[in-house]
Amino acid sequence: MTVHTVGSRRIVRAACAAAQEAGLHVGMALAQAQALVPNLHVVDATPDEDEASLRDLARWAIGYSPVVAPDPPDGLWIDIAGVAHLFGSEEELLADLTSRLMRQGIAAKAAVADAPGAAWAVARYGAGGVVPTGRTVDAVATLSIRALRIAADKLSALHRLGIERVGQLAAMPRAPLVRRFGRDVALRLDQALGHAFEPITPLIPKEAPTASCAFAEPIGRIEDLKAVVLRLAGDLCRQLERRGEGARRLDLLFQRVDQKSACLRVGTARVNRDPAHLAKLFDERLQTIDPGFGIEEIALVASKVEPLTETQVQARGLGDQEASEADMGQLVDRLAARIGMRKVYRLAPVQSLVPERMARRIPALAPPTGSVWPENLPRPTRLLDPPELVVATALLPDHPPRFFVWRRIRHTVGKADGPERITPEWWNGNKGSAARDYYRVETEQGGRFWIFRDAPTAEGGRWWMHGFFA
Amino acid sequence: MHDAGQQDRLAALRHRIARLEGGSQRIKPLPFGLRAIDTHLPGGGLARGALHEMIEAGLASEFAGCTTLFTAGIAARLKGPVLWCLTRRDLFAPGLLRAGLHPDRVIYAEAEREREILPLIEEGLREKGLAAVVGEVTRMSLIASRRLQLAAEATGVTALVIRRWWTLAEKDLVQLPTAAVTRWRIAPALSELMPAPGLGRERWQVELLRCRGAEPRTWILEACDAKGRLALPADLADRSDQAADRRAAAS
Repeated sequence: MTVHTVGSRRIVRAACAAAQEAGLHVGMALAQAQALVPNLHVVDATPDEDEASLRDLARWAIGYSPVVAPDPPDGLWIDIAGVAHLFGSEEELLADLTSRLMRQGIAAKAAVADAPGAAWAVARYGAGGVVPTGRTVDAVATLSIRALRIAADKLSALHRLGIERVGQLAAMPRAPLVRRFGRDVALRLDQALGHAFEPITPLIPKEAPTASCAFAEPIGRIEDLKAVVLRLAGDLCRQLERRGEGARRLDLLFQRVDQKSACLRVGTARVNRDPAHLAKLFDERLQTIDPGFGIEEIALVASKVEPLTETQVQARGLGDQEASEADMGQLVDRLAARIGMRKVYRLAPVQSLVPERMARRIPALAPPTGSVWPENLPRPTRLLDPPELVVATALLPDHPPRFFVWRRIRHTVGKADGPERITPEWWNGNKGSAARDYYRVETEQGGRFWIFRDAPTAEGGRWWMHGFFA
Repeated sequence: MHDAGQQDRLAALRHRIARLEGGSQRIKPLPFGLRAIDTHLPGGGLARGALHEMIEAGLASEFAGCTTLFTAGIAARLKGPVLWCLTRRDLFAPGLLRAGLHPDRVIYAEAEREREILPLIEEGLREKGLAAVVGEVTRMSLIASRRLQLAAEATGVTALVIRRWWTLAEKDLVQLPTAAVTRWRIAPALSELMPAPGLGRERWQVELLRCRGAEPRTWILEACDAKGRLALPADLADRSDQAADRRAAAS
């Protein structure tokens, strides 16, 4: 527990989980706290250190989005517009963020909302999580008015009037509200409800190479933006060259005339310093930027850099292998800029015979594994995942089916091959899936299917459709 | 009447047209290694640096089992890495190995939405180092296919499009015209009869539906082997080519 001094009183500033369970809370007088818990461990608060570590945390959070700002004393703003798809969805991003913080021993509550004020309110006084687009008012209305970030004296005045919830405040006539409590209460209310804009000033790490450009006249045409990005990329690459580094991640920050900001982020699969290539990664996504009344400042930040030394390039024709590999890196970058780095991959063999586990994803530019699956096994080209139940009739217990009904169509089997028994590996624990007997069957129309029975007939094995052969 | 002068003039004209068309004609086509097909196709094989379209027919055609192996066989016989653009995760990579497509050679790009897939294919076609780009596509308009064809012509990368569908309405889209240089339809055919119970090598009915500079034609072929090569079925190979005989008789 830490305490700080306000005037002559010593007040609890922060309390650990155990202390909170004992009934202590932030804002309590120290004497009262010590009366509640006799052997209380009390440390003097160090606001400067807190703020420094909050800045460190903000720098760490740049891994999620280029626009991150510390919100003292205990918050972080992260603008995730345009980056959530890299993590799958907003929910997944949030889960990833909180679980990582948890592993570092930081208890955190997070919320995603349309407006920064709403996210602030929901994270601190609501349930956290993702507030769906357009539902901001519903989510905030039931919260306490403390969620509005208004000064303590105004808060108590509102309490005296019997206003406890944001919804009540929002329902009040606007003019008397402003006259009675001042402009800032109305502004905070609008910010929480998403009616008023609130800028987040991004924290740019001092050491990150940056190229920026401010315009005398705001620009907005997409061709102009592309030209500016190319010029900034040139500047940035010259800086990187002097430092002997290349970019792995680039952030493009826009500052609009109306003080709104926007950002784009791209990553590269391999460390890169080619301005034309880096600028091209932004090309597609620039269309998603809404210039509004115009953009007055653009900054390009290499937020993640890695050492890149000059390499000797072989003449074309001599080093064929080398050249094609470098090209693949650029292709992978361009694909990843469209769909995300996780969606560009290669498949590598796994030493397993269970069809669902035969391949694993590896990065697209991983060195060649050289390994392959066993070649003589007949395997389908398309797999039905999960397998679909079929009704089949076999003439004898261990024979392939003679007829089967799949998706309400009856197929008569002409030729068949099997069984091939596939058992799960013992080291994976035989839980769930038992041994399967696979049959390759060809129907009288010529369709070739991969069908399996999940247990011997005597034990009531059922038939499943699992794949399609050529 | 076939006199030598006429033949020469025809050859010269063909040459001029080929020069005008440019692009795909510069690179030597990829032969199938089967005389029956290679002599039928203009240039003696499948044009590289061009867009080819594959359509599955027969049972369970929405899963494109045969077409996948047919396409993988073509990609395997080209030299270099292959980009495979897909939306559904039903591809079974060990199956591609049966056509000789090594897993180290294939880079997959998985799009979440159908409309993202055509830009991905085009992005791949602009990369000279690739051997082929395989795309699994449901909707491909004439304009979109023209874009792909131009991109393929510019770099010499072969575009192989597998048409996929999940509803009957989507299946009808396949009938619409595209700018593909060739359009193939592959259907599973009954495999050869074995003396003992079991399955022989798979057979396909391979139809060339559309081809610039050649007539539509149908073959019964044996599926790709481990090097991606097709074969003529042994019991059909020695039969005389009756269609050619009929044409010869008619002219």
